[in-house]
Amino acid sequence: MTPKVVLVTGVSRFLGGHLAARFAANPDIERVLGVDTEPPPRDLLRRMGRAEFVRADIRNPLISKVISTANVDTVVHASVTASPAGPTGRTVMKEMNVIGTMQLLAACQKSPKVQKLVVKSTSAVYGSSSRDPAVFTEDMGPKDLPSSGYAKDAVEVEGYVRGFGRRRPDVNVTTLRFTNFIGPRIDTVLTRYFALPVVPTVMGYDARVQLLHSEDALAVLERATLHDLPGVFNVGGDGVLLLSQAIRRAGRLNLPVPSGAVPTVGGFFRSARLVDFSPDQMRFLNWGRVVDTTLLKKEFGFTPRWTTQQAFDDYVSGRGLKPLIDQETIDAAERGILDAAARFR
Amino acid sequence: MAGARVIPLHDPERDAARRSRHVEVVPEPEQQQSATPDWERRLTDLLSFARRRIAGDYQVDEFGFDRDLTENVLMPPLKPLYEKWFRVETIGMNNIPPAGGALIVANHSGTVPLDALMTSFGIASEHPAHRHMRMLGADLVFRTPVLGALARKSGQTLACNPDAERLMSSGELVGVWPEGFKGIGKPYKDRYKLQRFGRGGFVSAALKTGAPIIPCSIVGAEEIYPMIGDIKALARLLGFPYFPVTPFFPLLGPLGAIPLPSKWYIEFGEPIRTDVFGENAADDPMLVFNLTDQVRETIQQTLYRLLTQRRNVFLG
Repeated sequence: MTPKVVLVTGVSRFLGGHLAARFAANPDIERVLGVDTEPPPRDLLRRMGRAEFVRADIRNPLISKVISTANVDTVVHASVTASPAGPTGRTVMKEMNVIGTMQLLAACQKSPKVQKLVVKSTSAVYGSSSRDPAVFTEDMGPKDLPSSGYAKDAVEVEGYVRGFGRRRPDVNVTTLRFTNFIGPRIDTVLTRYFALPVVPTVMGYDARVQLLHSEDALAVLERATLHDLPGVFNVGGDGVLLLSQAIRRAGRLNLPVPSGAVPTVGGFFRSARLVDFSPDQMRFLNWGRVVDTTLLKKEFGFTPRWTTQQAFDDYVSGRGLKPLIDQETIDAAERGILDAAARFR
Repeated sequence: MAGARVIPLHDPERDAARRSRHVEVVPEPEQQQSATPDWERRLTDLLSFARRRIAGDYQVDEFGFDRDLTENVLMPPLKPLYEKWFRVETIGMNNIPPAGGALIVANHSGTVPLDALMTSFGIASEHPAHRHMRMLGADLVFRTPVLGALARKSGQTLACNPDAERLMSSGELVGVWPEGFKGIGKPYKDRYKLQRFGRGGFVSAALKTGAPIIPCSIVGAEEIYPMIGDIKALARLLGFPYFPVTPFFPLLGPLGAIPLPSKWYIEFGEPIRTDVFGENAADDPMLVFNLTDQVRETIQQTLYRLLTQRRNVFLG
């Protein structure tokens, strides 16, 4: 069933905004509504074309009126986010994520027109620890429930979404558990992290990192909206990069920090406004996380175009990250050593 | 930048330039010039390895196994230990299939898990297909800094059923030491007495994937660090499962950490098929218990047989 009226939350951010733009370009969709608390940046707004921007707070019951008066039949909840708006934004972020979802779901439940709900969740719901299996499938749960931050928000959001699915069994609910996004255009904690000239890591640990190209993320959200594909799906690129390997591919220098000093260093980076890591993201950089995407390929019918490594390389070249030691120096050194060796012969 | 760059070792221009610079150099004998010296070829390999590592140009699988690092850095130091120190002899290598999932189950001993390293080195170097054994380790290993990261890079993963089944169903050779710390940290007087085999999780994983179980008996590892005592208080303090006391450790300090050069035998037994029990065999606890016992008995009997054939701990 192709939706008639689509409502997208979080349009002032990359995913929501570009998703609304894709729907606006689709002639089968009659009306596209984009909701956020602040207007999208101008270039994003231009891209969104005929999509209508509604400045509304999803924490406010007003959202119910928007959904019922516009006869919205499909809701894409893309505003659950990991990046707080500022240094004091963590409480606001939590409210937006959890209370916002509750209000939105309440509004959806009230409106009989709503036929489909697509939720952008995260693979952070699996947590991250040394006792985890190497690869998570959709039916696994976290070893320790995430105690704070984005991961905890996402666990609670998914809980409310499950509750909504029970109360409105006629609605197709698709929950997408995304791995970390990467790409030349998207701005996330991770893209800022790898752009640092010297990248701090936890000493003695090397996380396995699975990434998803932002274009693939958009394509998955679009497919979930245009087709009826209810269920919970892990979404991630094929293959894995080790954190140390990713840092090398980006041409950065690795700075191992003893695990005791990690909170201090993290605090420094937060106050310097470089990268804002929450404790659960720190744990992710310590242990890493890989999800199984068999269900995505077989049942959802989508294979990501970029593997983790290709997506990362696209990010590196798209951002124009210059390696600290360039390839020519390495080539010259290698030639020099070989020449010296040849002379010794 | 896939693959190593071909570097001409006999670039005519460069050779000419070299000769013109060193006119007084006596012309080398003909055959020496044509054959690249071994050390130079190794230097070329080393440099291309270093280049791959600096650029991050290598593949890691979803478990974190880094084949490039394992084959070039982690495996080579084990070679002298395997060939010269323990003089390991393997028996029944042909029982390991050349391809496809299989589960090697072995006895664990020796205070430090050198037996696992030697078994995996033996298979990688002596098996015709040079297979990499993917070992299942305790969560303590993965919690420990450096060690945990190295374990993942060398192909190990956490001993849990999802990981074991995923590895075997993707056609990997999996190694498991079901005695765990009970086996490796047992006192010297209990040597070659198999401990409890966990809860048989490895058998249910093999049943689910239909992979054959290959019993493996290791003789010689018990004598490398004869554990005559265990300082429990120190172990608790450091978070270790045990703190070993051997005749030389901690008495001689770091010198005491040198393993005794016992002679080793590693025997791989006949594979036990698990694909003949039907669909829901893994859900039949009695079958799982019986198979666990069968594997355990096979290893124990082989150990006794190898021990009666051995005349001397150090000479074999």
